[in-house]
Amino acid sequence: MARFVLSRIGQTLAVLFTVSVIIFALMRMIPGDPVLMMLGDDFTQGAYEQLKSKLGLDRSVVVQYLYWIGRVLSGDLGDSYLNHERVSRLVLDAFVPTLVLVIASLIVGVLIAVPSGIIAAMRKDSAWDWGSMGFAIFVYSMPSFWKGIILIWVFSVYLGWFPTMGYVAPWSDFREGLWRLVLPAITLGTFFSGLVARIIRSSLLEVLDQDYVKAARARGVRQAALVYKHAMANALIPVVTVIGLQFGTLLGGAVLTETVFAIPGMGRLSVAAILNRDYAVVQGAILLGVVSVVVVNLLVDIAYAFLNPRIRVA
Amino acid sequence: MAHGAADPVLDVRGLTVEFSTEGGVLRAVDDVSFEIGRGEIVGLVGESGAGKSLTSEAILRLIRCPPGRVRGEVRFRGQNLLTLGERSLADIRGKDIAMIFQNPGASLNPVFRVGEQMLEAMAVHVPERRAALRRRVLEILGRVGIPSPGTRARDYPHQFSGGMAQRVMIGMGISCMPSLLIADEPTTALDVTIQAQVLALIRRLARELGVAVLLVSHDLGIISQMCHRVLVMYAGRVVEQASVEAIFRAPAHPYTQGLIACLPRLEGTGKLGAIGGAMPGLAALPPGCRFHPRCPVSEPRCRVEAPPLGPLRPEHQVACHVARPS
Amino acid sequence: MARPLGADGRPFDPDGLTLPAAAPEPAALGSRAALHRWWRRFARNRGAVFGLAVFLTMVAMAIFAPLISPYDPLAQGVGIPMASPSTAHWAGTDSFGRDILSRIIFGSRVALIVGIASVLLAMVVGVTLGLVSGYYGGLVDVVIMRIMDGLFAFPIIILAIAMMAVMGFGVRNVIIAVAVGFIAPFARVTRGDVLAVKEEPYIEAARLAGVSSLAIIFRHVLPNVLAPIIVQGALRVSGAIITESGLSFLGLGPPPPTPAWGRMIAEGQTFIVMAPHIATIPGIALMIAIVALNLLGDGLRDTLDPRMRR
Repeated sequence: MARFVLSRIGQTLAVLFTVSVIIFALMRMIPGDPVLMMLGDDFTQGAYEQLKSKLGLDRSVVVQYLYWIGRVLSGDLGDSYLNHERVSRLVLDAFVPTLVLVIASLIVGVLIAVPSGIIAAMRKDSAWDWGSMGFAIFVYSMPSFWKGIILIWVFSVYLGWFPTMGYVAPWSDFREGLWRLVLPAITLGTFFSGLVARIIRSSLLEVLDQDYVKAARARGVRQAALVYKHAMANALIPVVTVIGLQFGTLLGGAVLTETVFAIPGMGRLSVAAILNRDYAVVQGAILLGVVSVVVVNLLVDIAYAFLNPRIRVA
Repeated sequence: MAHGAADPVLDVRGLTVEFSTEGGVLRAVDDVSFEIGRGEIVGLVGESGAGKSLTSEAILRLIRCPPGRVRGEVRFRGQNLLTLGERSLADIRGKDIAMIFQNPGASLNPVFRVGEQMLEAMAVHVPERRAALRRRVLEILGRVGIPSPGTRARDYPHQFSGGMAQRVMIGMGISCMPSLLIADEPTTALDVTIQAQVLALIRRLARELGVAVLLVSHDLGIISQMCHRVLVMYAGRVVEQASVEAIFRAPAHPYTQGLIACLPRLEGTGKLGAIGGAMPGLAALPPGCRFHPRCPVSEPRCRVEAPPLGPLRPEHQVACHVARPS
Repeated sequence: MARPLGADGRPFDPDGLTLPAAAPEPAALGSRAALHRWWRRFARNRGAVFGLAVFLTMVAMAIFAPLISPYDPLAQGVGIPMASPSTAHWAGTDSFGRDILSRIIFGSRVALIVGIASVLLAMVVGVTLGLVSGYYGGLVDVVIMRIMDGLFAFPIIILAIAMMAVMGFGVRNVIIAVAVGFIAPFARVTRGDVLAVKEEPYIEAARLAGVSSLAIIFRHVLPNVLAPIIVQGALRVSGAIITESGLSFLGLGPPPPTPAWGRMIAEGQTFIVMAPHIATIPGIALMIAIVALNLLGDGLRDTLDPRMRR
């Protein structure tokens, strides 16, 4: 297992390196001279030269990258062009609501997907199967932002059960925070469940066909234990990995859902930053987003190594 | 040499297994009947696809229905297993009738420790406390020849070799003292040396504990070493049934004769025999006798009328117009 | 980077999206009999046929938009602003008094153009990379795959946002932005298939006969890995359309006044109380398109890759 974990960590570092290069390259490709932009009305040739050399922009690309990555690794993501705040501060503050939304959606999604996936597999090709899988495809195909708007329309405007938008951190006010999370979490969570329910179903079906299930049945293990103990223990392992890998998709979905529900997360931050040409913020947000996806992938892989005896015990 | 023929442990009558597929209903096992007495080892032999494994799986109702459908009677201890309720059947499975499969590594759940699984196999049937069961697990592991059972019980299936795993399976199978052991190609996936040990184990069970054994195999050598009686299956039907001596010394059905002729012999330098052609797929069964396209002695009648399985001599049945003109 | 593994250690791949089947059979796609058989199998899947019908309707709608659209999609004030659906305006009007139905019809243009073009672009680039990476192996393979791993780590919409930040707006840039997100999956799948096909005897024979590597790649390897790639492409078009609509929704898509379904929905959100139809109806159109494309993609996959049938 140690070897597996080490090799995964190595891979992760390689990917992080590639990601940083991609982001660095992207930001360098933005048209316009950042020095000019920063100076704005205070432009003089001398100031220009000075600022340019201060920012290291007169050096080669590789050196610029090294400067940049050095600053990033020490936590310096630059300053927001707009309000001169530290980007790292802005981005981290925005990341928290996004994370809260993602976790809430994960919970909702799993709560929906697991039972429906199991039922669909156990009653394969029955009305239950087609029904729950049809529902899964339906919610998976619905654009999440539209779904959010419809949910707002029905449950907020029409029925008045939930607030239309806004965010309150659950730790500052648990009830209010949770209440405001319900609709966004359902929006993103149902999308996620659509994906996962199908995977649980196929994983379970595949496992139920395996020889060891047949052998266990031949030993007299009852149907309930066969499914919920023998089959699920095996079927859930790849599902856990898949759920983890979907963190990236969820993050992408969160970006849209935040906009619908006016949650002050990464989505709102990045879009506003792009429209305002505040590229330092865009870069910081994307960097944090992608790094978190990569780290989650790594954690999921390690969890997998732990769950699968074949890897955990040489 | 009929063991306990008066009161057979297992009495199969007219067992038929069908599958509904896109192309129609396929009959994989067609009207199979046989008995197994106490302490008797009955062999079920035939090529891959002849229906042997399905026959053995049908006994414990391990076939998924639908799309499968099983008909006939499987009498065990006075009950028809095919009509028994699921709960009563689960009581019998693993306790009174045990089954071991071809690929022992795949028969164990990869995410649970081996000792755990053995314990579970007993806990479902025997209301003893876990501590007592754990001792029994170690005892059984020792009896089937697993060294250092204490450590091995805590290992996972992938840490066991094929031979060791099959011993574990046998151990699990006998842990509740079954009266019948169904062994579906138990040694096919093992090395020859391990094969011998596993087979010896099975033979001891029959001889010393009186366990009735249904041994399914495509390997005539194993059948000849182990079995008292043999059933030969072809394309879903039993074509010959006799004692092992009769099958090997005086095979009546042309297919059986062909199979035996294919065995390499120590003496003589003749070529290896072979049966031309291949066994027909279930969707393309020939009319009349299913073997007739490949049969060296087929008659016009064979093409039209399927021969019934009937007695040629006492204790020797065959389904062939030529061998047993009626 | 990480691929989910089942408990038995084999890669877990229920949708057939990350692994090739056993080495694909030598291309039998061309013969007429094969096409006929293929069509018959496809037609049995009612969902897929529905999907195909809707898709073709969409294409027709996009092509003949100027002819079938009742009003000019950009013309403001052709009706009372925010009017509910009526006989004059089947889908009602938006806050500028523009006819929504016309905007939906024209919006299908953006959706289809971006959806198909971005997938095609991603296919061309991704497949080429996969072919080269798989066939040549070695350092080239490692480098390309590492870059793909890096790309793969970006959630598609985030990558698209980043690219829009760099390139600016406009349909062409949206196409490129969305395409970049799909290059990595294509490259990976192609590479996997190429690795399987590479070992086939007819490739070996061609090599021994002295055929140049390039010719081998394009004339022998490519046709045999094409089928799964086409399936991938079909499956990804719906994802591309969703991404595009997401970008439009955020305001990063084709700039106004070009009708784009995503942006129409965004504009409609403001008026959800007074005029819900502005947001709801374009969303229904979008959803129908996506469901249809998903069904179509699934149907294609089931037809061309029968081992996935459950």
